[in-house]
Parts: sequence; C-alpha cells; structure tokens
Amino acid sequence: MKATITINQKLCKSCGICVAFCPKKVLGLQPGKKAEVVDPEACIACRMCQLRCPDFAIEVIKNV
Amino acid sequence: MYTWKDYVGYDRLPHIWCSGCGNGIIFNALGQALEKMQLPLEKVVIVSGSGCFAKIVNYPGVNTVKMLHGRVLSGATGIAMANPELTVFALMGDGDGTTIGGNHLIHAARRNINVTAILGNNYNYGMTGGQYSGTTPEGSITATSRYGLVEDGFDACKLVEAAGASYVARTTAYDVLELQKMIIEATEKPGFAFIDVLAACPTHYGRLNKMGTPAEQMLKIKEGTVPVAKAAKMSPEELKGKLLTGKLVDRNDREDYAVLYAKMAKEARGE
Repeated sequence: MKATITINQKLCKSCGICVAFCPKKVLGLQPGKKAEVVDPEACIACRMCQLRCPDFAIEVIKNV
Repeated sequence: MYTWKDYVGYDRLPHIWCSGCGNGIIFNALGQALEKMQLPLEKVVIVSGSGCFAKIVNYPGVNTVKMLHGRVLSGATGIAMANPELTVFALMGDGDGTTIGGNHLIHAARRNINVTAILGNNYNYGMTGGQYSGTTPEGSITATSRYGLVEDGFDACKLVEAAGASYVARTTAYDVLELQKMIIEATEKPGFAFIDVLAACPTHYGRLNKMGTPAEQMLKIKEGTVPVAKAAKMSPEELKGKLLTGKLVDRNDREDYAVLYAKMAKEARGE
C-alpha cells in the first residue's frame, strides 16, 4: 500500500466530495453512512481527498 | 514545527458548516498553506465578520477577532496598522465583503493596507436563509428572488483591481492546490492582497438552482470560469458570463500604507 488512509467518523458529514473526486475510486459511500475506504491498494497517495475534505475528516499518510 | 492541526484548531472540530460546504475547503487550504509557511501561531491574526464563513474564527489555533457585519476590513486595518509585524488575514463571505462591507473593501484596496483578504464567495447569504448578495449571478433562484434574479452580480476582482490592490487572484474551491499557492503568494506580498474563492453552498444556492450534489456543484462552478491564459485567446462572445481565474494582478509600484505612514511620522518628528 502506498498510503494509510484514516477517516474520522466523528468529523465526516457524508458529503461525498472525496468519493466523487478520487481518481482511483479508493473511497466509497453508502446511503446514510460515513465515507469508507473500499480499495486501499489502488491509492496513489495524491492526497486530493484530504485537501478537498471540508470537514478535516480524512488523513492520508504516505507509507515510506 | 507546526502542523495544519495546530493552525486550524483540530481539537475544536467538528465545525458548524453544512455537509459539502465550500467554506470548509477554504479553511482546509488555509491550514495547509499556513503549515507550508510555518508562521508562529502568535504572529497570525484571523479577522472575520458575520455570516457562515465568519464562523471560522471559532476554531483556529491562531489569534482571532470577530467584527460586526461587513466591518472585517476595518478591524483588519486597525490591527495591521497597530502592529505591522503581524500577518493579518481578513476572511469574509460575499455578503460580508462585497455587499454590506463593500465600501471598506474599496478603501482597504485604495490605501493598500498590508492585509490578505480571502472572499469565500458562495453567491448568497447562507446564514440568514439564502438571500441574494452582490455577487449572485443574473437569473439565479434564491430565497429573495423566487422567479430569477433580475440584476447581475458584480466582479469583485475588477473592483479591487481598479481600487489599487497589489495582488488580486481568483480560483474555485475545486482547485485546492492553486488556492494554497495563492494564499502563500498573497501573504508574502506587501500591500493589499485579495483572493476571490468561488465556493459551493449546497444547502441554499445549490439546492434552489438544482445544481446537484456538492461535488457536482463544485464542477459546475468550475465550468463557469476560464483561466486567464486561455481567456487571452478567446473572443468576447465566448467569454460572456464567464469569470477569469488565476493571478489577475501582481504589482510592486505601490508601497503599503503602514510603510508610508511610518515614513511620514519620521519626517514629522524631524528625524
């Protein structure tokens, strides 16, 4: 895995921005639930989900 | 070494804004930009007024001041003049900055006060129920224009440019990396720096104008803009109704007000 993605369930407001803009479809969102990581292997550590999250709920830490 | 968590006040989250609100994205970019600049927490001041975006002062780990509605730049001017060592950010919404505080915006730019102003432009007064503001585009449905707005919104960047600001830029909440870069450039620029960020309001403006999910709304706002380099090759007909994005003004011919004032004070004392 290129990066470790943590989603803070308390901060996520299920807006779906991270899911819509992830270039590798790493994240997913079920109706009425919070965002979740569905395909961690596909992550390229671009951090766009973290930077576009309005709620500071996602943290992407690159694996060295 | 400070991290973005120190600047945004991570312990005080979650914030008050709605799901998918563009204000959160601007706050996120500000935190990331401050982390890159590594400014000491006690040397940064965030000033805001009233409205959705103004609620930002409740969270950061830096100094914050909340002003009356529209008086963001008056407060920021006072702080920048009293202590020129501070880095002052004036964060305002479109209602706060261009409509109710429009006069302060003109004169802060004219005086070239050393402040970084960020306009969270979501085309309406979100906190009071989605009434139209000075930047709402013609034909928009809002709480106070149910059959479409008959007047046209104005271009805040052109206004600030004409008034004499040193740095003027515009971007959208979609282009977060560009926004971070602009915040850093604007902060390092002496004199008045202004960034217009076009952001989504999924609860009021986006819902009434049937713009879809927050992500779809961000893309629609992005489609309504043209980068300056591309616009140079386009005809006026093609550019109708589009807003220019990118660095619009970057000039060094005017000194900032605090510097000029200090010079004058020195002269008056006969030094």
